[in-house]
Amino acid sequence: MSMYGYLFRRLLGTIPVMLVVAVFIFLMLRLTPSDPAAILAGDAANSEQIAQIRQQLGLDQPMLQQFLIWSGRVLTGDFGESFFFKKTVASLIGERIEPTLSLATLTMALAVLIAVPLGVLAAHKHGSWIDRTVMGFSVLGFSMPSFVVAYLLIYLFAVWLGWLPVQGYQRIAEGVGGWLRGLILPSLTLSVIFVALIARMTRTSLLEVLSEDYIRTARAKGQSERKVLFRHALRNAAVPIVTVIGLGVALLIGGVIVTESVFTIPGLGRLTVDAVLARDYPTIQAVVLLFSFVYVMINLAVDMIYTVLDPRIRY
Amino acid sequence: MADVILDTPIAPAPVKPNAALRGLLRNPAVLFGGAVITIVLLMGLLAPWLGTIDPAAINPIARNKVPGAEFSIRTDTGERIKMIAAFGTDGLGRDVYSRVIYGARVSLLVGVSVAVISVAVGLFIGLLAGFFRILDAVIMRVMDGLMAIPAILLAIAMVSLFRSSVWTVIIAITVPQIPGVVRLVRSIVLSVREEPYVEAAITLGTSTPKLLWRHVLPNTIAPMIVQGTFICASAILVEAILSFLGIGVPPEIPTWGNIMAEGRQVFSLYPHNIIYPGICLALTILAVNVLGDGLRDTIDPKMAKRV
Repeated sequence: MSMYGYLFRRLLGTIPVMLVVAVFIFLMLRLTPSDPAAILAGDAANSEQIAQIRQQLGLDQPMLQQFLIWSGRVLTGDFGESFFFKKTVASLIGERIEPTLSLATLTMALAVLIAVPLGVLAAHKHGSWIDRTVMGFSVLGFSMPSFVVAYLLIYLFAVWLGWLPVQGYQRIAEGVGGWLRGLILPSLTLSVIFVALIARMTRTSLLEVLSEDYIRTARAKGQSERKVLFRHALRNAAVPIVTVIGLGVALLIGGVIVTESVFTIPGLGRLTVDAVLARDYPTIQAVVLLFSFVYVMINLAVDMIYTVLDPRIRY
Repeated sequence: MADVILDTPIAPAPVKPNAALRGLLRNPAVLFGGAVITIVLLMGLLAPWLGTIDPAAINPIARNKVPGAEFSIRTDTGERIKMIAAFGTDGLGRDVYSRVIYGARVSLLVGVSVAVISVAVGLFIGLLAGFFRILDAVIMRVMDGLMAIPAILLAIAMVSLFRSSVWTVIIAITVPQIPGVVRLVRSIVLSVREEPYVEAAITLGTSTPKLLWRHVLPNTIAPMIVQGTFICASAILVEAILSFLGIGVPPEIPTWGNIMAEGRQVFSLYPHNIIYPGICLALTILAVNVLGDGLRDTIDPKMAKRV
C-alpha cells in the first residue's frame, strides 16, 4: 500500500478517537447532577444569561441532538464564552498559544540535544561508570516531580546566583533576548523528564543495533567509531527514539501545566489551572479537547516520520 | 562428597513461591525500594508518636521560623512549652516537620488506592475485552479515546466536576490509569488464549468464568503487581501535582503537595517549605519506581525483555 493510502487511513482512524474524546467531554458536564447551563454560566451569571445558554445549547432537546449542536459549534471553533474571563474561549486560547508553544518547542529541542548524545555515550561505554551514571540519572529524572526541579533551579540560578529571572514571561515580539532569558529555567525544568526518557530509549535501542552484522562490517572496513555510532547505528535505532518522543508529548502537556504555574507564564497550562480554580467549564472543555487533538496529531506525525527514517517500513 | 550417606529422607524440592521470594530478597532494587517504602509507611502510621505536634495547629507568633529555630506552643492544658522546629514553620506558624510526617499518610493512601482500584477495574474490563469479541471493539475504542487525553489533564478535568476531597482526587487519578491496564490485560489474554492448555480446557468443556479464573487470571498476577507498582508511583506524583496547583486534596489536610503550595509565596526567603516535602516526595516516588523495576526483573522477566 502506498504511503498516501496509509496516511489517509490513519487520518480516518483518528476520527473515532477524537469522537470518543468529544463524547467524554460532553458527557462530563451533562452527567453531573446540577444544571449544565448554570455550571457553564459560572457563579456570577444571572437567570437571563442562564436561560440564554440553555437555549443556545438546546438543553430542552434529546441528548443526541444536544451533542450534535455542541459538536457542530466546536468544529467551527466556537467553544462558547468564558464568563470568568469575559471573552470568547477561542480568543482566550489564541492569546495563550504563543508562550506554551515557545516553551514546548524549546523543551523538546533542549531534551533531544542533551539526551541523544548521552544515550549514545552510555551505549558506547556500555557497562562503564558513565553508563551507570546516565542510567542512574534517568531513574532519578523520572522520579523528580517537575515543580521540585523547578524550585531547585530557581533557587540556584535566580535567587542565589541571580543570573536569570525568578518568573514571568516576555513576548517574543518584545525582543528575542528577554523571551529566551525567561524561558531558560522553565524549559530546563520541563526537559529533565524527557532527557531521562529519551536517553534511556536511545541507549536501549542503540545497544540492540550495535550487535548487528552491518555494524561489524562498518567497523571491519575501518570506519571511525564516531561514524559507526552516529551514521550507521543511530539512524537504524531512530524509530523507537522517535516513538518515545511522540508518547512523551502527553508528559509534556502535563508538564506544561505545572511549569507554567510555577514560573507564572501566561500560557495554555496556566489557563487550564485558572479555569479549574474558577470552575470555568467552557474553557476547561476547550483546553482538554485542544490538548488531546494536538497529542493525537503529533502521534500521527510520528508514524509518518517512520517511513522517512526507515525506508524499509512499508505499509 | 559422593559418599555422603543420606540417612534422612530427602527434603521435598522447594516450592516455587519460596524461590521467587528468595529471588526478590536478593535483588538490590527490591530491597532498596522496599526499605524506603517501609520507612515512609511507618512514618505515616506512627506519625503521632514521632515527636510531632498537631500538624494543623496555627501559631501566629511563630510564623516563618527557619529550620532549627526555637518556638513555643500552647499545649491542651494551657501551659507553654518550648520546641525546636526541625524543618522550620510555615506562613501560619505550623510546624513543617509535623506536617511532612503526617503528609506521608495521604501520599501512601492515594498511591495504594489508585493502584488497587485501577488494577482491579482494568483487570475486569481487560478480561471482558480479551475474551468476548463483541465487547472488544467497543471497549478498545473507548480506551483509545481515554488514552488520547493526557493523564494529568484528564485528572484535572475530573477534579473540577466534584467537590474537592481525598476520594475525588483518588477517582480522578484512577480513571486515566485504567486504559493502560486494560490494554496490558487484553494483550495477555489474547496470547494466553492460544496456549494449548487453554484450548484443552475449552475442549473439555470448562465454563468461561472458570476458564478465566483458573487459567487466564494467574497469568496476569505478575504483570499486574509490576504495573500496579508503577501506577502507585505515578499516582503519588499526580496527587502532589494537583495539591500543589491548589486543585487537589483540600488545603486543610497536610499533604506534601499542599505544604509546597503554601510555601510558594515565600519561597525565595524561606525555601524549607518546599525543600523538605520535596525531598520526601522525590525519594518516595524514586523508591516505588525502583521497586517496580526490581519486581519487573525478578517476577516478570517477559516484560523486562520487552522494555
